[in-house]
Amino acid sequence: MKSIWTITKRELAGYFNSPVAYVFLVIFLLMTAAFTFLIGQFMDRNQATLQPFFMWHPWIYLFLVPAVGMRLWSEERRQGTMELLLTLPISLWHCIIGKFLASWLFLTLALVMTFPIWITVNYLGDPDNSVIIASYIGSFFLAGAYLSITSMTSAFTRNQVISFILSVVICLFLVLCGWPPVTDVVETLAPRSVVEFVVAFSVMPGIEQFNNGQIDSRAVIYFLSVIGFPLFATSIIIRGLRA
Amino acid sequence: MIKVENLSKSFGPKVAVNDVSFTLERGEILGFLGPNGAGKSTTMRMITGYTPPTAGVIRVGGNDVTEKPIEAKRLMGYLPESAPLYTDMTVEGFLGFCAEVRGINGADKAKAIDRAIEMCFLKSVRHQSVDTLSKGFRHRTGFAQAIIHDPDILVMDEPTDGLDPNQKHEVRSLIRRMGQSKAIIFSTHILEEVEAACTRAIIIDQGKIVANGTPDELKAKSELADSYVVSISGIEASAVRDKLGSVIQAAKVTIVNDKAPTVVARVFPKKAGTDGELGQAIFAAAAQHNWKINEIKKEEGRLDDVFRNITLSDTKTQ
Repeated sequence: MKSIWTITKRELAGYFNSPVAYVFLVIFLLMTAAFTFLIGQFMDRNQATLQPFFMWHPWIYLFLVPAVGMRLWSEERRQGTMELLLTLPISLWHCIIGKFLASWLFLTLALVMTFPIWITVNYLGDPDNSVIIASYIGSFFLAGAYLSITSMTSAFTRNQVISFILSVVICLFLVLCGWPPVTDVVETLAPRSVVEFVVAFSVMPGIEQFNNGQIDSRAVIYFLSVIGFPLFATSIIIRGLRA
Repeated sequence: MIKVENLSKSFGPKVAVNDVSFTLERGEILGFLGPNGAGKSTTMRMITGYTPPTAGVIRVGGNDVTEKPIEAKRLMGYLPESAPLYTDMTVEGFLGFCAEVRGINGADKAKAIDRAIEMCFLKSVRHQSVDTLSKGFRHRTGFAQAIIHDPDILVMDEPTDGLDPNQKHEVRSLIRRMGQSKAIIFSTHILEEVEAACTRAIIIDQGKIVANGTPDELKAKSELADSYVVSISGIEASAVRDKLGSVIQAAKVTIVNDKAPTVVARVFPKKAGTDGELGQAIFAAAAQHNWKINEIKKEEGRLDDVFRNITLSDTKTQ
């Protein structure tokens, strides 16, 4: 366990040793604010809810999470440090989880820094804070799911840009296959069972439950498996690289 | 400390390492020689548990590297080829990370960092970021990382590659010093390095071990080993050849240089390893014919000759 934390600490320090972390935090906060106030019409709605804030997260994360995770393994491959890391007396799993946790913690920090909007809505009105907490938990899981996919794509290639693009495409699929405007079209073309099968892959139903204030065990299991499977795939890809 | 048995590695149809076996004990410094692409790096990657072998067993301190990788890795320090480092860290931070991963914490960690920094002459760049370091300092930081936990076994892939002559000398003396208490294996294609630092050398070519012995044993395999070079003034080259050729102990005489008035000849012995008999015979012949000898020198054999003979013969058959 200790070695996981050592890896996590190093990765986290890596983010803050470069301007990337600060640029990311500023862009993330600006984008969430812009979407909430300008497109989500937070003020004009005149409702004490953070729904116009959280509804954009699957879309904002679509680009920002791969940007955070794209270097996880591709940079190790490019610099050759993977050989150094994997000949240290720690298991591959500790490395994968340690690195993943570092980026997840970083994204969590970004999420926590949106607290002024939570204070604002409590100052202006009387929102249901349990719904807001559930929404935050959903957003946290969503970031983890996207990140885990990015971990996998970054192990694929030593090129960060390719890792980013692959990750965006896969995450976009997970959003679109459960996004009503798309599923409505699919429904006219395919039988209902097919639509349900495709929707089951999507992050959207789970996220909607969280945003409605429900912490459903099925949604939690869904997100944990969407986090777990790509991490497992990451380990298989890296084992393949060494052989 | 290291026992390698029938180790093989193929990448698809390409065989990189082919049935390699050797052992390494404490106090030995093993030089791993071979042309580029001979399988040196692949062998080292398998020993350090990075690449899984296709066949064969590697035991490090009694631990099978495939079955107990963590235990085996704990005993080893490894400097990969071209010394990869985390460039976003400082030298001290990087060494601290390596120490922590190896379970060295607190006061022990500080001590380990100090020790490694001192041994590798890194004091002046201690707080500097790795990406601002020159190649020599980077290499030494990689070296420091490999010895941070004072390992019993050191595996180094081309530890002097890209260093200037002074730094090469420093690294070699460092290796020699540590070799007294550790088992060290390092790869190189610089032959003088083997003579300068190794107690034993293995020459590997196309994935196979083609020679294994002390540097002196390997040198003795040279065609030139135990031959004499004689420089004589005031005589014809043909006369030198005839007279020296008739010495009983001489197998062959070649004229190396014939610039009047000096002739330089090389006399090959019939039997290698005879202590000075040929030399005495040459002196006797010179005295008999009243030659003016400028210089006479016994050749120990040259490692690069051996290396070229062994490894070139294989390339030709390709």
